[in-house]
Amino acid sequence: MKLDNIYQEEKKSNFAKVSEIIITMASRPSGFIGLSILIFHVILAFISPYVAPYDFKAINPTLMLQAPSAEYWFGTDDLGRDVFTRTILGGRTALTITFFGSLIALLWGGLLGIFCGLVGGKTDDIVMRIVDAFLSIPWILAMLLIVSLLGTSTEVLIPALGFFYGKGIVRVARAATHDVIAKDFIVSARARGHSNFSIIWNEIIPNVRDAILVEGAMRWSWMLLGFSSLSFLGFGVSPPTPDWGLMISNARGLMSFAYWSVIAPIVGLSSLIIGINLTADAFAKALGIDRSTKAPV
Amino acid sequence: MTEIIQKVKNLSIGFKSKKGEEILILRNISTNIKKGETVGIVGESGSGKSTLALAMMGYVKHGLYTIGGECEFNSSNLLKMKNRDLEKIRGRKIAMIPQNAGQALTPNLKIGYQIDEALQLHSDLKEEEREKKISELLNKVRLPSPETIALRYPHELSGGQQQRVAVAMALAGTPDLLLLDEPTTGLDVTTQAHVLELLNFIAKDTGTSMVYVSHDLGAIAQVSDRIIVMYSGEIVLEGPSRDILKKPIHPYTYGLLKSIPKLSLAGLPQSMPGSQPQPGTIHRGCSFFDRCDFSEEKCKNNSPQLEYLEELNTSVRCFNHKSLMNDSQVNQTVNEIKTSTQDKEILNLSEVSISYAKQKLLDQVLNRISDDNPTVKDININIKKGETIALVGESGSGKSTILKSIAGLLRTKGGIIKFDQNRNLSSDLKERDPNDLRIIQLIFQNPDESLNPNHTVEEIIAQPLKLYFGLKGEELKKNIIDLLQKVRLGEFYMSRYPRQLSGGEKQRVAVARAFAAKPDIILCDEVTSALDVSVQAAVLNLLQQLKEDFGTTYIFVSHDLAVVRAISDRVAVLYQGRLCEVGPSKDVYQFPSHPYTEVLLGAVLEPDPDIKPKLVAEDIVEEKPPQKGCSFQGRCSRILGDICKNEVPTWQITNSGNSIRCHIPLKELQKDQIN
Ligand SMILES: Nc1ncnc2c1ncn2[C@@H]1O[C@H](COP(=O)(O)OP(=O)(O)OP(=O)(O)O)[C@@H](O)[C@H]1O
Ligand code: SF4
Ligand code: SF4
Ligand SMILES: [Mg+2]
Repeated sequence: MKLDNIYQEEKKSNFAKVSEIIITMASRPSGFIGLSILIFHVILAFISPYVAPYDFKAINPTLMLQAPSAEYWFGTDDLGRDVFTRTILGGRTALTITFFGSLIALLWGGLLGIFCGLVGGKTDDIVMRIVDAFLSIPWILAMLLIVSLLGTSTEVLIPALGFFYGKGIVRVARAATHDVIAKDFIVSARARGHSNFSIIWNEIIPNVRDAILVEGAMRWSWMLLGFSSLSFLGFGVSPPTPDWGLMISNARGLMSFAYWSVIAPIVGLSSLIIGINLTADAFAKALGIDRSTKAPV
Repeated sequence: MTEIIQKVKNLSIGFKSKKGEEILILRNISTNIKKGETVGIVGESGSGKSTLALAMMGYVKHGLYTIGGECEFNSSNLLKMKNRDLEKIRGRKIAMIPQNAGQALTPNLKIGYQIDEALQLHSDLKEEEREKKISELLNKVRLPSPETIALRYPHELSGGQQQRVAVAMALAGTPDLLLLDEPTTGLDVTTQAHVLELLNFIAKDTGTSMVYVSHDLGAIAQVSDRIIVMYSGEIVLEGPSRDILKKPIHPYTYGLLKSIPKLSLAGLPQSMPGSQPQPGTIHRGCSFFDRCDFSEEKCKNNSPQLEYLEELNTSVRCFNHKSLMNDSQVNQTVNEIKTSTQDKEILNLSEVSISYAKQKLLDQVLNRISDDNPTVKDININIKKGETIALVGESGSGKSTILKSIAGLLRTKGGIIKFDQNRNLSSDLKERDPNDLRIIQLIFQNPDESLNPNHTVEEIIAQPLKLYFGLKGEELKKNIIDLLQKVRLGEFYMSRYPRQLSGGEKQRVAVARAFAAKPDIILCDEVTSALDVSVQAAVLNLLQQLKEDFGTTYIFVSHDLAVVRAISDRVAVLYQGRLCEVGPSKDVYQFPSHPYTEVLLGAVLEPDPDIKPKLVAEDIVEEKPPQKGCSFQGRCSRILGDICKNEVPTWQITNSGNSIRCHIPLKELQKDQIN
């Protein structure tokens, strides 16, 4: 509640601010669950190469489609590879690519949105038209075009995903900037003669940062789903790299008699998406931003 | 004895803080509202007056809860009632007019339709009866030609007319009790006076009891029979209106009345030190102790109880009320303002005109503004160094527009703005050099908007120091502390964020930021209108002190003529972006006046039951200035005919140097106005 703020005197260090936000997030059950899932996945991504019991690409025709056992916890796939090994490794690529992709999306989407909000008028109109035009292209078709022209390397996937998922951030950043720009403190800075750069950096960014970060977190989970869909269609990372989308796609035909080879990656992928979503929501609530009314685009 | 219709008994409302403490917003309130009376509730923002009014209709805001007590209406406790039962009472038996009710009308529905909806909801009338009732209601709130008004949309009405519609809707259910929360705040002075007069009329005509909540003692004085003064969630004084305004026996009310500027008095009123304590910070003793001139040792630790004085029919919460009883005529003393006006001219506006019209492509290409009837036109003023010149006029009269152009935020259409006799200021911000920008600083109306919520006080004040003087490190810090001291804030405020400051403190920070640039001219746009009266006086005194110390020139925009009277050396009256009268303040406040100045002066609400506003002209609002003739022709009650419609009047100058722009000769103006 607002009145409570009056009693907090000290300017807090950034570290204190961040830890307070995390504590607030974790104090809500949904936030706690989301954070736990996300942290679990991140830790797993870091340590999985060292703890994986088998070689993820070791094909063994004698061990095809083994049911889960003490030796092969999640069973084996159609090439006799250990599903457990491939599952714990399968999040690494997805997490890394989408994390950096989201950073790129945040950066260009945030900056372009702030710029549009600031300059307004014709330039803003034109830029937003273009952004809208892009928004209306089915992203998956465009992505397919890009990867078929440029290949599916990480260097292509990260900026391409970052580009497509930045569009939504442009809108949010622009709207937030619009709200701030009419305030007298901006007028005051203008009248004093501050440069545009200084106005953006000192006056606008601190006031729109939260909204943009929350949107970025939301976009991350959408990007993860998008990336996995690409892999599923065979346009993401290439085999034999372990990847959930790829694994689901490979194993989907075997569902009826080897359910284990498909369930493990599905659980992995969906839990990560739920984890990020819950975390993003808790993050928004901790910052006092209400997302509940907004439907994701 | 008259019937009591609402009985508030030992009401406490509060919320739980993050730490789990119970924090009280209302503390043990008891009062009765009688049938047919109008009760005014006054208090500063945060004193709990709106919470009390809402509780009187059984509503407790989200996040708050009732800690104890009840609000009894028709012998049932509204606060314990089920929502379904409350719905039958709200709108029918108890109606409310919230702040900005006029603006809250649904924009795309016709007025008549909206009133009809209210009637369907709150009365049992049949369709044919409702139609009659609509024009009856519109008539009652004195809207001209009800039939046509009913067919209009809200945006086709002026602010005052919208407010009348809101009153009409509230009367739809013929309520026994009407609650009004700041019903005239935000309206123009003239409109405000008209709406209050209407409310008075309705109270008499229908016998409805009214509870009128406001921070403005001037407005309360005009309508109420009884006044309740709240401070920090408690009633500190309650009694007949006249006694409270003339002989306030509580130190807070006494101080409050003394801090309100009066039209009849030049000079700054005395300010009350400090500010109202935040809820939850008072643990013992009198809540007014810190600010009280009459406090004693015992007030510190003992809380005074509300004491009923039979002979005065007044309740008061103060140990020392007796000492005030003997000499409590509010003898207002003012701090005379020393004029520091020098002969040197510092700013000259000549033939300035400003237009908001959208420019055609050709004009854009040629980089010129063409508009034969611009928003602001013919502004000629020269301002002396050290002077305080005030721009007054109703909302939309172009006051802020002129300030923006002086600051370079808005391009002028024509005319010249000259600084220090020889330096032409470009009308475009980008073409002004940093020094041109430094010499003119702005202070805004609402410090919540003018201070970046994500910056600390230190960062806020550092901005101009870094920008104009390149200060860094220890020197920067020393300067910030220095400035904070000048605005009477301690060093420890440096690390605070705006949300951790009170309204008055925030405005002081804004003042410090303006002075940090060492400007020659400070443009003040309604700098005190967002502040409580007790704080307003302090900020005005501070501005005056700083001006005397630094020789700064102020251009002071305000709609409050009493505030302008208190602080300014010279006044310029604007109507529809055209000057009507310019002169030394003492002369502007005396007749002969421009007919528009006369209207403004007549509408001022003073906290004195003996001074009633004089309503000279209608409170219509014109969209655009007239193409030709006198700018005030549309509303002037003294209009002479064709000459006013066709010819722009020339300036007439009185002996004392007051310029009036009207076709009526000064002698006649004076004769008419004094009668
Ligand atoms: N950005 C704008 N575009 C178009 N018209 C405007 C704009 N800003 C103000 N106006 C118009 O210009 C006129 C003068 O407005 P201005 O804000 O200067 O009035 P003001 O005297 O400061 O009023 P207030 O007391 O309400 O602040 C009004 O008619 C207003 O509607
Ligand atoms: S009780 Fe004491 S401190 Fe409180 S108002 Fe009265 S004199 Fe002042
Ligand atoms: S010139 Fe005419 S219309 Fe204008 S103020 Fe004078 S009398 Fe009224
Ligand atoms: Mg204004």
